[in-house]
Amino acid sequence: MLKIENLHASVAGKEILKGINLTIGAGEVHAIMGPNGSGKSTLANVIAGRDGYEVTAGSVTYHGKDLLAMKPEERAWEGVFLAFQYPVEIPGVNNTYMLKAGVNAKRKHQGEQELDAMEFMQMIREKAKLVELDQSFLSRGVNEGFSGGEKKRNEIFQMAVLEPSLALLDETDSGLDIDALRVVAQGVNALRNAERSIVMVTHYQRLLDYIEPDFVHVLADGKILKSGDKHLAMELEERGYDWVKDEAAAAV
Amino acid sequence: MSDVKPTTKQEIVSGIESDIKPEEFANQEYEAGFVTDIDADTLPPGLNEDVIRHISAKKDEPEWLLNWRLEAFRHWLTMTEPHWAHVQYPPIDFQSISYYSAPKSKEDGPKSLDEVDPKLVETYEKLGIPLREQEMLAGVAVDAVFDSVSVATTFKGKLKEAGVIFCPISEAVREYPELVRQYLGTVVPTGDNFYAALNSAVFTDGSFVYIPKGVRCPMELSTYFRINAMNTGQFERTMIIADEGAYVSYLEGCTAPQRDENQLHAAVVELVAMDDAQIKYSTVQNWYPGDENGVGGIYNFVTKRADCRGDRSKVSWTQVETGSAITWKYPSCVLRGDDSVGEFYSVALTKMRQEADTGTKMIHIGKRTKSTIVSKGIAAGHGNQSYRGLVNIGKGADGARNYTQCDSLLIGDSCGAHTFPYVVVKNQTATMEHEATTSKIGEDQLFYCQSRGISEEDAVNMIVNGFCKDVFNELPMEFAVEANRLMEVSLEGAVG
Repeated sequence: MLKIENLHASVAGKEILKGINLTIGAGEVHAIMGPNGSGKSTLANVIAGRDGYEVTAGSVTYHGKDLLAMKPEERAWEGVFLAFQYPVEIPGVNNTYMLKAGVNAKRKHQGEQELDAMEFMQMIREKAKLVELDQSFLSRGVNEGFSGGEKKRNEIFQMAVLEPSLALLDETDSGLDIDALRVVAQGVNALRNAERSIVMVTHYQRLLDYIEPDFVHVLADGKILKSGDKHLAMELEERGYDWVKDEAAAAV
Repeated sequence: MSDVKPTTKQEIVSGIESDIKPEEFANQEYEAGFVTDIDADTLPPGLNEDVIRHISAKKDEPEWLLNWRLEAFRHWLTMTEPHWAHVQYPPIDFQSISYYSAPKSKEDGPKSLDEVDPKLVETYEKLGIPLREQEMLAGVAVDAVFDSVSVATTFKGKLKEAGVIFCPISEAVREYPELVRQYLGTVVPTGDNFYAALNSAVFTDGSFVYIPKGVRCPMELSTYFRINAMNTGQFERTMIIADEGAYVSYLEGCTAPQRDENQLHAAVVELVAMDDAQIKYSTVQNWYPGDENGVGGIYNFVTKRADCRGDRSKVSWTQVETGSAITWKYPSCVLRGDDSVGEFYSVALTKMRQEADTGTKMIHIGKRTKSTIVSKGIAAGHGNQSYRGLVNIGKGADGARNYTQCDSLLIGDSCGAHTFPYVVVKNQTATMEHEATTSKIGEDQLFYCQSRGISEEDAVNMIVNGFCKDVFNELPMEFAVEANRLMEVSLEGAVG
């Protein structure tokens, strides 16, 4: 369903992604690991359509459509969701209000009827339980005054509400203590199903203990150097990334 | 006079549908830009004592008022235009302005809406304020000021029953001369400032409100100002007096047709609150802002002041300012009574070449007086925006408190926001708090909303409305919706 071919992308004239090839099928969970500055977050942001990333070559197709030609909101309507590494505060904008606008924009795009306030409230109360998010957070400003852990939980809550078919989790585990990590992971696991693909960007094996991936990829210096299953992640935890780089260098 | 078709919303939307760039924010067209073709009785341009005598005679004014005007005019001649505000505009030729324009109507003027010129009613309907509907549905009494003479006043009966006086000031001069004379110029003296003096000399109309002792005004009072005739300055004068224990909520909405030349609007508003009285004064101002090159638009030079004369009195100013080429306006409170309270909540939006220098003055005189200032400035395009505020704690103001918060939001890279807070404290028991922030609508905020499926334009509206929330919450409910809509209309295409 998601197909990335020879993707090159630059930020401020500097090439970060240097030819990514990746195919992600329905219902699969992929983990993308790699050292700092390897391009993991760039990949997630390019897929979601953030400004400031210039795609210089390659393609990203999703359900056969050219994702790169779409605005970020159009990608959201097609089912793409990005859980932010650093969720943004929007003072004065009610969390529920923003989500309702997002959900209804998507429904409208899909030709479905918009949810009324009652239906929507009922739905989000259910979803809030999934990540043990206190009801009071629903009526607060978007991420306004939330702790780091609360912000990450709010991201997964939003994912539950928006029901994406492709969820990109950008370092969702960073800044979480072990209890919060467990809650967030439980939420993600509850959202796994045969149609929904999940791409997790992370530094650490730790997250993968809770959310077991089907595939693990090592991204370094803008390229995917190695792919495998969850055992690859364990090996990385033990041996670091250098051996993968050396292996790749030797192969050239 | 030409008859210009109103610009429809659809046209505006289609104009900005594709590829919105930040600079195109400047191209937002003005929705209320149409001219009504009505026979107007307009004085030729120019200002001298004869003109003032003419205005006074037209209005059948008593001798004392004419003398009051002439005195103000003579004082005005000795004054110079103020230039301390952080705004720039070419010099105004006060002799090229016509100081009186009244729609011609039947001998004694209309007695009900049915007698009002249908074209006039149509104008209001274009503005989205059908008087009839407001009468029936909203329960809002409207004193409509069309150019210089109030033409329609609704709900007089019900108000009269409550003892409330709500009428054009010219009528108040005839019907309640003693009341007018007692209060006129006691809050804003004729020589207060250049524009207040000019207004005192030539004011043509405005509203007069008197709420008797212990009466809670049974409905929101509303006035809609609209500048119509070419080259006419609008100099309205509004007075609201809330006697002991009275309460009133008053809203003014302003709009003006599209013109290439600049029009001057120099109003004076005087509020008086006696013991335990409360006045809530809300403004939604949408004067024509000029075009993207800064041609045309209203010069809005207004003096608004409240005198909290009585103990425990309270005055709240709430303003949403999205129009005018230049705004120069500082709704103020003189907190004379002990335990009196002054509040100022403001949202000002400047885009294209608009400039605004606005804020408030809180003059603490009485003991334990309290003031709150919440100012939200939004600048986009080449808009320039300044908050200027004075908090003055007098010697006798024991235990006075002030809280000031001024926040600025920038959209795009070509706009500016400035803050000029002045604080004078002569009493050591005072408590002062001041917070100020300047932020830019972040690309990350926009992207965050977009990645949740919200379009860029909706995201800008959402973020700006969130920013203004503290102020919108202060507006009467039915007008909060209008303010929200106005911001959305004003922000169409505002993406940075």
